[in-house]
Amino acid sequence: MSLLLEAGRAAPAAAEPASKPRAGLLARLGNPLLAIIFPLGVLAIWHFFTYGQKYSLIPPPSEVAVALYDLTFGGIFDDAFSRTLHVHLLASLSRVYGGFAIAAAVAIPLGLLIGRVAVVRRVLDPTLQVLRPIPVTAWLPLAMIMFGLGPRSAFFLVCLGAFYPILVNTIFGVRSVDPRLFEAASMLGCQDTAQFYRVVLPASLPAIFTGLRLGLGFAWVVIVVGEMTGVQTGLGAIIMEARQLSRTEIVICGMIVIGIAGFISDRLVMLLGKRLLRWSPNFA
Amino acid sequence: MPDTPNPILELRGVSKQFELQGQRVEALRDAHLRVHKGEFVCLIGASGCGKSTLLRIVAGFESPTVGEALMWGMPIAGPGPERGMVFQDYGLFPWLTVRGNIAFGPQSRGRPAAEVKDTVERFISLVGLQRFADAYPHQLSGGMKQRVAIARVLANDAEVVLMDEPFGALDAMTRERLQDELLEIWQRTGLTVLFVTHSIEEAIFLADRIVVMSPSPGRIESETAVLLPRPRDVVAADFNDMRGRLSQQLHSHHGRKAA
Ligand SMILES: Nc1ncnc2c1ncn2[C@@H]1O[C@H](COP(=O)(O)OP(=O)(O)OP(=O)(O)O)[C@@H](O)[C@H]1O
Ligand SMILES: [Mg+2]
Repeated sequence: MSLLLEAGRAAPAAAEPASKPRAGLLARLGNPLLAIIFPLGVLAIWHFFTYGQKYSLIPPPSEVAVALYDLTFGGIFDDAFSRTLHVHLLASLSRVYGGFAIAAAVAIPLGLLIGRVAVVRRVLDPTLQVLRPIPVTAWLPLAMIMFGLGPRSAFFLVCLGAFYPILVNTIFGVRSVDPRLFEAASMLGCQDTAQFYRVVLPASLPAIFTGLRLGLGFAWVVIVVGEMTGVQTGLGAIIMEARQLSRTEIVICGMIVIGIAGFISDRLVMLLGKRLLRWSPNFA
Repeated sequence: MPDTPNPILELRGVSKQFELQGQRVEALRDAHLRVHKGEFVCLIGASGCGKSTLLRIVAGFESPTVGEALMWGMPIAGPGPERGMVFQDYGLFPWLTVRGNIAFGPQSRGRPAAEVKDTVERFISLVGLQRFADAYPHQLSGGMKQRVAIARVLANDAEVVLMDEPFGALDAMTRERLQDELLEIWQRTGLTVLFVTHSIEEAIFLADRIVVMSPSPGRIESETAVLLPRPRDVVAADFNDMRGRLSQQLHSHHGRKAA
């Protein structure tokens, strides 16, 4: 009897998600509206200062829009840039995700080891801490010597850029597992190695995920730098080339595409996180 | 309690010292305690008198600096499923549902899947959480979390249940309900319970025997058998007598040292 009473009393808390859409309707309509005010304003100011100006160095938004169309579908200018966006986008995507995947494949296991095994931590941590403040861009000359001019250097830089956020967050995740959970596991009969799989791994998953998200964001930042020297394809390469030809509208197109691609890829990771980490109040 | 042979738990001259910023803290000094199978023992005393320390030594999370902690006459070497702990802050695994949390122990001990499933369902209904079986800890109320913590320990065949102020964070109504349920489970299953509380009333309501502890250094001051018939009536005269006596005992050393 009493059980039912309490269960009934607590039910609204568990049923909360069901009532959310109704309350959130205004917010759901309002949020995109609010989010669009600022860019529209910027666009207006941009347009106002550049449109019809004879010697403006910055093209007006309408010109950029036309260039973006031509870059994507062609049929307007029929120059070297026309209808090449998919080639560059694919090239950059493959480097970003390839480099990111390798970085994750190394950084996650390494982070778990450093976080969990004191010896590994003592051997590797100081070195990694000293290497960490070196900006990825500072690696560029060395990367070009080691990997030559070209896409392999870009790949390496992306890898490096994504590596540290993933590593640092993984270590943090492992180190900050509530000690109470180890006690709980061991009094339930789960010891040593089993604890690693049944406690450490799941408990540090949210932090690892945060690291992945930051790492992917970094990969997008670094890709442009990586592609700016001696690479034929890629969004960084297109920006560089357009700059040399003073095609500023193409430069801006490249920036916009990177922004959108980075945003979408971040959303995808977030979505995956929400699926996998439903249990975590921070992700659900 | 008569000193029959073979206590399930026994502390023999247990002392525990901690090093705290270069200073030595004597958390427990020369504690002797025998607990028999099926007994419900409450530990009560001012803050810092070593109640949690004593419980954690029995759980195997800490080892005594001096003396011995025994279960069935064998030294306690570390935590184990035969001694289940119910933490005040629950200690549930946030990534597991109610089901998953209760299944954790049996799974860890390699029980076959079908048996685990049966056990889990049995204990979910024992604590009345059928409707919340697939909820995650952060979706539960405090009382429900505490039920999961209790079920998790019982589902793992614990012989001894160690509870450190398990109901301390709950509102009075939920606490009373859980006390009733705990007593019912205890009577039904023949568990041995070692229960830490700050509340004299809770101790008298639950315990066969109350162990009064005092601080600086933490030690066992006295033991009192509670002979009132069950179910106990908190407003009965003899209940009140006992409350008065215990309160006096507790305050006699509260006066000396601030709690
Ligand atoms: N891990 C530790 N390191 C250092 N000192 C500790 C540790 N655990 C407990 N102590 C000290 O031991 C003494 C007893 O602590 P304990 O937690 O057992 O008290 P308690 O009776 O449970 O108190 P409360 O009722 O407040 O929970 C305290 O002085 C405390 O500071
Ligand atoms: Mg305590």
